[in-house]
Amino acid sequence: MMTERLRTHLLPVAVMALAVLALWYAGALWLNAPQVLDGFARAHTDHWTLSEFARQAFSQKRPILPTPDQIASEMVQSLTGYPVTHVRNLLFHTAVTAGSALTGFGMGVVLGILLAIGIVQVKTLESSLLPWVITSQTIPVLAIAPMVVVILGNIGFSGLLPKAVISMYLCFFPITIGMVKGLRSADPLSLDLMRTYSANGQQTFWLLRLPSALPYLFTSLKIAVAASVVGAIVAELPTGGQAGLGARLLSGSYYGQTVQIWSALVMSALLSVSLVWLIGLMERFVVTGKRGGTR
Amino acid sequence: MSKTTRSEMAPWPLVMLIAAPLPLGLLDGAAIYWPQAPAVALCYAVSLLCLLLRGLTRTPRTEAALLFLGVASACLSPFLLLADGVDPSSGAGTWMYLFGASLLLWRVLALLAEETGLLRWLGPTLFGLGLLMGWEIITRGFAVPSVLLPPPSSILAAIPTHGGELWDDFCQTVLKSVVRGYLIGCGAGFVVAVLADRLPFLARGLLPLGNLASAIPVVGIAPVMVMWFGFDWQSKAAVIVIMTFFPMLINTLAGLATAEKIQLDLMRSYGAGYGKTLWLLRLPCALPFLFNGLKINSTLALIGAIVAEFFGTPVVGMGFRISTEVARMNLDVVWATITVAAVTGSALYGGLALAERRLTAWHPSFRKR
Repeated sequence: MMTERLRTHLLPVAVMALAVLALWYAGALWLNAPQVLDGFARAHTDHWTLSEFARQAFSQKRPILPTPDQIASEMVQSLTGYPVTHVRNLLFHTAVTAGSALTGFGMGVVLGILLAIGIVQVKTLESSLLPWVITSQTIPVLAIAPMVVVILGNIGFSGLLPKAVISMYLCFFPITIGMVKGLRSADPLSLDLMRTYSANGQQTFWLLRLPSALPYLFTSLKIAVAASVVGAIVAELPTGGQAGLGARLLSGSYYGQTVQIWSALVMSALLSVSLVWLIGLMERFVVTGKRGGTR
Repeated sequence: MSKTTRSEMAPWPLVMLIAAPLPLGLLDGAAIYWPQAPAVALCYAVSLLCLLLRGLTRTPRTEAALLFLGVASACLSPFLLLADGVDPSSGAGTWMYLFGASLLLWRVLALLAEETGLLRWLGPTLFGLGLLMGWEIITRGFAVPSVLLPPPSSILAAIPTHGGELWDDFCQTVLKSVVRGYLIGCGAGFVVAVLADRLPFLARGLLPLGNLASAIPVVGIAPVMVMWFGFDWQSKAAVIVIMTFFPMLINTLAGLATAEKIQLDLMRSYGAGYGKTLWLLRLPCALPFLFNGLKINSTLALIGAIVAEFFGTPVVGMGFRISTEVARMNLDVVWATITVAAVTGSALYGGLALAERRLTAWHPSFRKR
């Protein structure tokens, strides 16, 4: 069984990962070649070997495409070389981004669930609000990110809150949609059973509808938490590079520090993946029944 | 839709009556009341009359129309006050009247919630118009500085005056970056998915990668792409290609797996080969999933282009316009650009939804309507 699983699942993933790595190094060789050749021409090195060329291409100071080992060593240096509260420590920036992402996520969860309950319980809201909830997502939300930051800055809110608002806007939609679907997914048989117990609307809601919506909720939460990280990162762009992974991206792109950009990217991917993983872990504790609500 | 199914109205809109003894606002520092503003008083009378005559209406539709008249005349009143130079921000009577009117609008929406056919869009439309009206009344009534939030009317006015710029931005961002990136990204995702469907090994390797890609903030790749491909549309298209590739791949793969075994057996019994089965059975079955991917991507593509423009662009483009005009505090131009982006996004989405309904009318999710 185990070897079978290894062969059918792990092997393709491993091959794919290796292929990505190989492509990456090949790409670095290809994209950094002009820089290297330029360097050789300037040093009047006419005779160079292929290995020398490769070594140069993989260790440029400002490469067009840094190699994975360059990114890894930059990250290790940044994480271990400075105290956690230092501006040059990536964990500091990750914490800033995670803070606003999670605040926005929390707000989005509350808003999303309240909207969903409203939509399910009040017919008028369903017919008039739901189309707008959907339309709100066809709007390129992130376009308004800099403006929200500026507007909230004008009325005296700066720092965490504007970024959290943007994360919230990105978060609430998947949660509303998932919860609406979930709250309606209660088994008709169980609903009838609740009626035979003469349970009132509230009891049915708390004892049956809400628990049966949980699997849907968690599926949505995973999508939403990833979206909240995107929101926080993009919201950090217009604040002009003070702190946060988005600010790292922006300052890296201003100063051509490609390794810095890539390490911020890897860090944001790690942050996002670990948040999704945490939600999955919570799901395993909370949802004990059968799983459903795939999207 | 008979009269008997009409629900009873809660008496809340009657809070309008509280407004009668309250001041409407300040004119040159002195509070003015209803008799001093006959036009507004007329609006008030119309609203109350609509409430009174409600009992005479026979169908929900006529009741909704009558009550809407009451709401509309209430919406008119703050503008009449503003035109006379009255400052309504401290006028408790005006705001109580408007509060009652919004409750009345709620009743209209409740009545329209039962509608079917084309009329069922009337409710959401009125809701949206009500939100816009509330925005307009609050920003103008309280004289909110336009640096914070311009009223919708001045945003609308900014669209024709900045029409040239907005059109150029639209061409740069949508026609050049979004359309090309979207077509390439979705096309590549689709082609690779069909290949991966043929080679299960590839699919098993790509799927975890795709799931990973859906969890990470791909849009962060934008500064790298701007560095590689320069400031023009190529870098934006590249970001969009990367953002849209995996959603399309995953959706196409899921869609290709939906054809049932019995249908596949039938195709085999007809002697159809791989290509014929793909074209005649499996792709049509996959259409709902394909459209799902295309719809998700239509939003992602606009976001990708606009965010990539924050990192550098020629002096044209929606993202560029937004970030520079925000810095110059020209909020009405910013909002006009956002309106264009919103309309574009909704139009893309709506067009895809229409095409979906055309092409997948057979699908169970459309049968009920």
